[in-house]
Amino acid sequence: MTTDTAPAPTTEAARSTVAVRHVLAQVGRYTFLCLVLGFFALPLLWLATAPFDDTPTVTASLPRFTLDNFRALLDNPYALSSLLNSVYLAAGTALLVVTFAALAAYALSRVRVPGRDALLYGLLLLSSIVTGTATMVPLFELAFRLNLIDSRLGVILILSGGLLPAAIFILKDFMDSTPTSYEESARVFGASPLQIMRHIVVPLVRPGLATVGVWAVANVWGNFLVPFLLLRGPDKAPAAVIMYTLYTEGGQADLRLLSTFSLLYSLPVALMFVFVSSRYGFRFHGGIKR
Amino acid sequence: MVQVTSPPDEVVEGVRPVPGASPAPDAAGLGRARATGFLVPAMVLILVFLVVPAAWTIYLGVTNYRLTGLAAAHPEVVGLDNYTRALGDERFRTSLLLTLQFVLGSAVIGQAGLGFAIAFALRDRRGPLRRVVEGFVLLSWILPSSVVAFLWIALLDRDAGTLNALLGIPGTAWLLDHPMLSIIVFNTWRGTAFSMMLYAAALENVPRSHLETARLAGASTWQQLRDVVFPRIRGHVLTNLLLISLWTFNDFAPFLITAGGPEQRSEILPVYVYKVALSGGELGFGAAISFVMLLINLVIALIYLRMLGRRKESA
Repeated sequence: MTTDTAPAPTTEAARSTVAVRHVLAQVGRYTFLCLVLGFFALPLLWLATAPFDDTPTVTASLPRFTLDNFRALLDNPYALSSLLNSVYLAAGTALLVVTFAALAAYALSRVRVPGRDALLYGLLLLSSIVTGTATMVPLFELAFRLNLIDSRLGVILILSGGLLPAAIFILKDFMDSTPTSYEESARVFGASPLQIMRHIVVPLVRPGLATVGVWAVANVWGNFLVPFLLLRGPDKAPAAVIMYTLYTEGGQADLRLLSTFSLLYSLPVALMFVFVSSRYGFRFHGGIKR
Repeated sequence: MVQVTSPPDEVVEGVRPVPGASPAPDAAGLGRARATGFLVPAMVLILVFLVVPAAWTIYLGVTNYRLTGLAAAHPEVVGLDNYTRALGDERFRTSLLLTLQFVLGSAVIGQAGLGFAIAFALRDRRGPLRRVVEGFVLLSWILPSSVVAFLWIALLDRDAGTLNALLGIPGTAWLLDHPMLSIIVFNTWRGTAFSMMLYAAALENVPRSHLETARLAGASTWQQLRDVVFPRIRGHVLTNLLLISLWTFNDFAPFLITAGGPEQRSEILPVYVYKVALSGGELGFGAAISFVMLLINLVIALIYLRMLGRRKESA
C-alpha cells in the first residue's frame, strides 16, 4: 500500500495539480455514465415506444401515436397463442420445481441423511456443468426415446431437471432457519407428515417458495433452446421461438408487428422485476438476491 | 441459458457451510423411509434430465450415430474417431478460437470490465442517478434473449439501423461485416448487470477514506484502483470471471442474431454443435464436441470450487 501512507503533498503547485485532476476525473466519470445510460437506455426506450408508432424506423422523429400495431398482432395467428404457451411452460415448470424442491428440501432439512451436504453440493455442481447447451444432443435423443418430442410436458420436465438442484439448495436454507417446535406439537396431536408440511411448513417458508417460483418463471420465460429443440410446430411454441421465427422468416421483417410483440412479451418479466425490486430491493446479500 | 440468480453461494463472505446446525433430528416424525419418498420426485427428474444426458454424451460421442441413413438404425461404436476427426477439422478449430474470442470479449472485457467501471463510477452515489443507471442495466438483463436479439438486429441493420444513424456511419452492415463484434456487443448488453451488482457489493468493502487519502496524496485514478481497490476485491473479481465465463460459454443466444454466419464467421461452439448434430444429423460427432464442452465446464467449476475452499480456509 504505497499510497495509503504517502504524505499529503505540501506545496501549492502539487495541491492544485490534485485539484485539477479531481475536476477532470469527475468530468470523465459523468461523461462515462452518460454514455452508459445511452447504451442501455436507448434500445429499451425504443422498445417501449415503437409499438405505438405508425412508422417505427428508429429515427429521432417524434412517434405519431397509434394503436394499429396491436391490431396487427391480433391478426397474426400465432402471436397471442405463443404468449399463452409461454405462460403454460413457465407456470408448469415453476409449479413442478417449487413442489418437488420443497418436498426434497424438507426431507434433507429434517432428517439426518448421511452424506447430505456432499449430495447437495454435488447436485449444484452437476446442474452448473450439465447445461442444456452442452447436452443438446443427448437431450434431443432422450426426448425422442421417451416420446417427448413435440410435447410441452417434455419441455417442462427438462427445464425442471436443470432448475431443481439450486431450488432445493435455496429452500433447504429457508427450512433450516425455521423452528421445529410447531411440527413437534402438531405431531403430538397426530398430524401426518404431509399435513404438517401443508399447514405448518409451507406457511413458514412462503417467502422461500415465492423466491424459487419467481426465479423459475424468469428462467423459463426467456428460454429459447429447449422449446426450439423439442417443439416441432408453431402451435405449441412459446413466444421465444415464435419471436425468432417472425424475424427470420424471409423477406422484410414486419417491424411494427415485431416491436409490438416484443413489448407484450417483455412486459410480464419487466413488471415482475419492478415488483420484486421495489419490495425487496435488488441487491446482493451475501450472494443471494432476495 | 441466462442465469437469473447467482448460485446460492456466499459470494461475498466465502462459502457458507450448509447450515449443519440442523433442527432437532426428525421433528416431524418423517422417518427415513418417508423422507426418502419426499426425495424421490426431485431426484428422478435430476437423474433422468441431468445425469443421464451427461453419461449419454460420453457414449454417443464414441459412436457414428446419425439422424438418417444406415447409422440411424444401427449405430456402431467407432472409438475415438469423432475426436480425431474434430482435431483435424478446420471448422472445429476455428469454432474453438471464436468461442475464446467471444468469452474474452463479451464476458471478461465486456461484462466484467463494463460492470466494474459502472459500479466504480457509482460507488459513492446513493441518489436517483444510481437508481436510474442500475435500473436500465438490470432491465437489459431480464429481457428475453430473443427480444434482445431482435432489438440489436434492428439497431445494427444496414439501412434502417439506428446505430448507423446515430454514429453517422452510412450503411455499415455490422452483422455481415463484423459478426463477432455484433454478438460480443449484444452479449455485453445482456449480461453486464450481474457483474455490476457483484462489484457494487464488493466495493462496499473498500473504505472510502483510503481512496480519498490516496487521491489527496496525488494518486491517479489508475493508481487508486491498483493500490487501494483491487487488493481488497481480488476474490470477487476471480469469482465473477469464472461464473460469467461459464455462463457465456454455455450461452446459445448468439445463435438468435447471426446463427453462426455469415459463412461460419461467428460460429461459436454451441452453435457449431447445433448445426452439425441437429441440423446436419451427425449426432455422434456432435456428442463428441458436446463432451469437450462438458469437460471445459467441469474445469471451470472445479477451479471455482477450489477457490471457494481456499477462501473458506483463510476465513
